[in-house]
Amino acid sequence: MAGRVVTITSGKGGVGKTTLTANLGAALAMRGQRVVVIDADVGLRNLDVMLGLENRIVYDLVDVIEGRCRLRQGLVRHKQLPELYLLPAAQTRDKSAVQPEDMVRICDELRGDHDVVLIDSPAGIEQGFRYAMEPADEIIIVTNPEVSAARDADRVIGLIEAEEKGPARLVINRLEPSMVSKGHMLGVADVVELLAIDLIGVVPEDSNALIAANRGQPLALSNNRSRAGHAFHNIAGRLLGEEVDFQPLRQPRVFERLLRFVSPERS
Amino acid sequence: MITESVAIKGIRQGLLVTLRKGEWSCLLAALEAHLTENPTFFSGGRMAVDVGDRCLMPSQIEAMRSLAAHHEVELWAVVSSNEETQAEARGAGLVTELAPTRAHQPPGEGDEPADRALVRQGTLRSGQTVRHPGHVVIIGDVNPGAEVVAGGSVVVWGRLRGLVHAGVLGDELAVICALDLAPTQLRIGGHFSRSPEERWSRPVPEKASVVDGRIVAVAWPGE
Ligand SMILES: Nc1ncnc2c1ncn2[C@@H]1O[C@H](COP(=O)(O)OP(=O)(O)OP(=O)(O)O)[C@@H](O)[C@H]1O
Ligand SMILES: [Mg+2]
Repeated sequence: MAGRVVTITSGKGGVGKTTLTANLGAALAMRGQRVVVIDADVGLRNLDVMLGLENRIVYDLVDVIEGRCRLRQGLVRHKQLPELYLLPAAQTRDKSAVQPEDMVRICDELRGDHDVVLIDSPAGIEQGFRYAMEPADEIIIVTNPEVSAARDADRVIGLIEAEEKGPARLVINRLEPSMVSKGHMLGVADVVELLAIDLIGVVPEDSNALIAANRGQPLALSNNRSRAGHAFHNIAGRLLGEEVDFQPLRQPRVFERLLRFVSPERS
Repeated sequence: MITESVAIKGIRQGLLVTLRKGEWSCLLAALEAHLTENPTFFSGGRMAVDVGDRCLMPSQIEAMRSLAAHHEVELWAVVSSNEETQAEARGAGLVTELAPTRAHQPPGEGDEPADRALVRQGTLRSGQTVRHPGHVVIIGDVNPGAEVVAGGSVVVWGRLRGLVHAGVLGDELAVICALDLAPTQLRIGGHFSRSPEERWSRPVPEKASVVDGRIVAVAWPGE
């Protein structure tokens, strides 16, 4: 079966796309999936650092596009996970070096030998967003539980729906339950209600995330897993179609139960 | 807003202006009159013009484009059954075919003439706008950053958190109804209000209308 291409995007910058890509890539590879992660943030690469592969890069995405090397040569293998590869971004070029068709061509070639291709999209809705979105079979929107990030996520979902791309699913990153209960932060239910797309994961705020990123060791790799590390593994499971329970967001309301009761064929 | 010569309706991609029979210069003047009379309705929007089987010269297309631009409207498409006009429009960088309405679009949604309501299903998201000279029904939420601009009334069968301008062509009797009325801003005709300071503890359907020169919201249906 041909591999699937999953693009990870957000609208607002700095919400955790690259962190999610690195951890999800690792978690999927730990489940035996053959994974390629593509750093599509040309000019601002950092997925290589989070995966601890910075010093192994020889070629990059733009070298592949411009024919200076074959796709195979551009892939960097992970040190511990032999089924995880990185296609790094060029650091010295800008996003005009990549066209949507280039990404489609590269992903079509990768689908043959890999189960999952994850694309770490740049922030914003310009060129970089467009080319990262073009080859996607599925989309993951990352947001933080705060108003401006959710607003940008909404904007991006609107664009995706208008292009009839998707399905898009949601990851809420950096949730702090204590902040939510004090009313300083949106809750999971608030964000899901606003964005009205399926939730695929909630990742708590975890100070280890920064340390892990700097050390080039994604949290998902660690043996004694942090709560965030757990959350990344849950997302990987859900992406592979496993039923992984969420903490219940809210009780179904009475009329919803009634609806299910009268029209069982629709559920 | 239907006159003999110029018809305007809302479509998925913005407004569609249909130029019917008549002298070209009269039609342009009629279009200009619409644009001038209702700046709040048109300004910032995009418009496609259906010119029927007319054979237009590049200068005529340019004239339409600058007329629109003058009123802060983007002319993005010229639709015609005349092949020469199509070619000229393409040469001017305009679209000449409107995307067909989506296959999964439920009946009743999408292109409606001005005297019928425009029904839109699904969440209206940040950055998205619905404009229609008649009434507008949104089956879904209107999120913050989204806008509905209607000549008539607006009904939101969902949460209204964005901006709604009803009665934009001057109809002060227009109303705005929502299952949860928590807009960033409401406007009816020339009146204007921000979100009410006090909220119901649990959202109830509300109807906003102009009473004694102010926008007032009451529970809907009322007592
Ligand atoms: N769950 C978390 N808990 C704590 N810190 C986090 C968490 N997720 C991400 N961070 C931190 O947030 C910062 C931004 O993360 P990241 O680089 O992954 O975001 P991004 O969306 O890729 O940013 P950009 O838009 O610039 O590409 C990093 O310092 C990262 O360590
Ligand atoms: Mg990033």
